[in-house]
Amino acid sequence: MEKNSKRPTNSVSIVTEAIFHLILIAFCGLCIIPFIFVVIISFSSSESIGAIGYSFTPQSWSMVAYQYIITLGHQLWRSYFNSIFITVFGTLCTLLITILYSYALYRKDFKFRKFFTFFCFFTMIFGGGLAPTYVICKQVLGLSDSYWAVIIPMLLNPFNIIIMRTFFQSSVPGELIDAAAVDGSGEYTTLFRIVLPVSKPGIATVGLLTALAYWNEWFIPMLYVREADFYPLQYLLQEMQAKVDFLAKNSAMMGAEASKMASDLPSDTLRMAMVVLVVVPITFAYPFFQRYIISGLTIGSVKG
Amino acid sequence: MKGKTKKTLMLLSMALPGAIWFLVLRYLPMAGIVLAFKDYKVYPRNPTFWNNLTHSNWLGLKNFQFLFTTKDCLTYIRNTLVYNIFWILLGLFCAVTLAIILNEITRKWVAKVYQTLMFFPYFMSWVVASYFVLAFLDPTRGLISHMLGRTGVDAINWYHEAKYWPAILTICNIWKTTGYSCILYLAAITGIDATLYEAASIDGATKWQQIKYITLPHLSTMICILLIMNVGNIVKSDFGLFYSVPMNSGSLYATTGVIDTYVYRTLSATHNIGMSSAAGLMQQAVGFVCILVANKIVNKIDSDSALF
Repeated sequence: MEKNSKRPTNSVSIVTEAIFHLILIAFCGLCIIPFIFVVIISFSSSESIGAIGYSFTPQSWSMVAYQYIITLGHQLWRSYFNSIFITVFGTLCTLLITILYSYALYRKDFKFRKFFTFFCFFTMIFGGGLAPTYVICKQVLGLSDSYWAVIIPMLLNPFNIIIMRTFFQSSVPGELIDAAAVDGSGEYTTLFRIVLPVSKPGIATVGLLTALAYWNEWFIPMLYVREADFYPLQYLLQEMQAKVDFLAKNSAMMGAEASKMASDLPSDTLRMAMVVLVVVPITFAYPFFQRYIISGLTIGSVKG
Repeated sequence: MKGKTKKTLMLLSMALPGAIWFLVLRYLPMAGIVLAFKDYKVYPRNPTFWNNLTHSNWLGLKNFQFLFTTKDCLTYIRNTLVYNIFWILLGLFCAVTLAIILNEITRKWVAKVYQTLMFFPYFMSWVVASYFVLAFLDPTRGLISHMLGRTGVDAINWYHEAKYWPAILTICNIWKTTGYSCILYLAAITGIDATLYEAASIDGATKWQQIKYITLPHLSTMICILLIMNVGNIVKSDFGLFYSVPMNSGSLYATTGVIDTYVYRTLSATHNIGMSSAAGLMQQAVGFVCILVANKIVNKIDSDSALF
C-alpha cells in the first residue's frame, strides 16, 4: 500500500478512494440534479421552452413565473398558508398526544402498560385497509373540507410512539421518576417539569419527522378534501398534474370547456416555480436537523 | 393504596386520547372489514353508516371471487410482488455498498456532504418527484424527448408506453430510498468497535477480508430486521410512486398497476366499497401471514435477530 504520511493507517489506497469519490459524486448528482433542473426550468423564458424544450442551458431567462406568483397567485398563497397551518398545528397536536401516550408506555409501574403497548403496536401489522378507513372517516367522523380532515387521519403513528418511548427510556433514569413521586409530584407535573426538559432531542426528532409528513401529504386531502380553499400545496400540485393530463387526453372532444380549463391552468414555468416553492423550505431546513432525523429513523427501524 | 389508584388513573388519562384515536381510526376500520362481504349501498332514507351497513345485502365471498377472476387483478398482484422482491434485494445491495464506500472516505467532512446530498430525495413527496420525472420525460418539452429528437430517433410518448416503466419506476425507487437506508447502515457501521479493524489490519487482513468478516456480520441483525419488515410489506406499495409518477395514466396499468392503486381506483372511480374492501383485506391478510412466516424463519436461523 502506498504510504502517504497524512493518511491514517488501514485506509484504502488513494486510487481506490478516488474511484469511491467518483461513485459517490455520481450518485449524489443523481439525487439532486432533478431539483436543480426544475429550478432552472422555473427561471427559463417560455420562448426558450417553446424552441428547445426544457434545458439545463435555456436560451433566455425570465422571472415571469415568480412575478406572477407574487402578484396573482391567490390560490397558491391560500394553499401555502394551508400547508403551513396544517404542518404547524398538526405537529403540535401529534406531539402532545404522542408524548402523553409514550409516557404512559414508558412507566414500568403503569398497570395497563402491556395492554396499551399491544393496542398501539398491533396496528403496525394489521389494519382495516383503505376502503373501511375511508368509510369510517367519511360517514362516521364526517371528515370533509376542513383542516381537521387532513390532520385527524395522520394524528398518530406507532413509529413515533416507539421513538418517543425509547428516548424516554434512554434519557430519563427511573430513579428520577421515583424521587419526584416521593416528593409528591403528580404524574403531569413529573412529565412536563422533569421528563420533557431532558428529552428535548426526542421531541425534536418526532416533531421534525411529523412536520415533514404533514408538509408532504397529498393523499389524505385527495380522499377527503373537495373544496379548493382547503387544498394544501402538495395536493394543489397533484391536482394540476391530473388536470394537465386530462386536457391532453380530452382536448379534442370538448372544445370550449377544454380551452377554458386550459386558460385557467398555470403555465409550465409557473408549475415548476410552485414545485420550487414547495421544496425550498425543506431544502434549507433539513441539513440543520439531519442529526435528529437520523437518530429517529435509526431507532424507528431497529426497534420497530 | 389510594396514591396507587390515583397514579393509575392519571396515567390512564394520558393514554386515553391516543387510545381513542387508535380505537376509532385503526380498530373500527378493522371491524369495517365486514364491508368486504357486503354489497355496500347508501340507504337513501337515512344514510348514516349504521343504516347503510345493516340495509346492505350480504354477498358472501362474491367480492373475492370477482377479484380473482378478473385478469387485471392478477397482473396487479404480480406487479406488486415482483417490484417489491426485486427492489428489496437491489435496494439492500445499493445501500450497503454505498454505506461501506462512504465509511472508507478519509476526509470526514466530505463524507458528511455526500451524506447530506444523498439524503435529499427522502424529503421529497412523490408528487414533487413526479414533476422531476416530467421535466425529463414530458413528450414535447422533456429533456430526454428533446435529446432523442435531435439525434433523429422517433419521439417516444413515455406516458403511453408501458414497457419503459419497470425501468423508470426502479430508478425512481432507488433514487428516493437508497440514500436514506444507506445512512441507516452507515450509522450501524460506525457503531462497530474500531479496534476490531485495527487488530485485523495488524494481522494482515485486506480491506475486502475486513468487510467480509467484520462489517457484514455486524450488519446482519439490522439487515434481518429490515428484511422482515419489508417482507411484511411485500403486498403493499408506495402509493405515490405508482399513482403520481406515471400520472395515473391508463395505458400504463399493465406495468404500473399495483394492488394499492387498484384499491384506490375501485374506491374513487366506481365507489365499489365492497370490492375495494375485499382487495384491501386480502392484501392485509397476505402481509400479516408473510411477516409471521418471515419472523419464524429468522427465529430458526438466528433467534437474536427476530422481531418477536
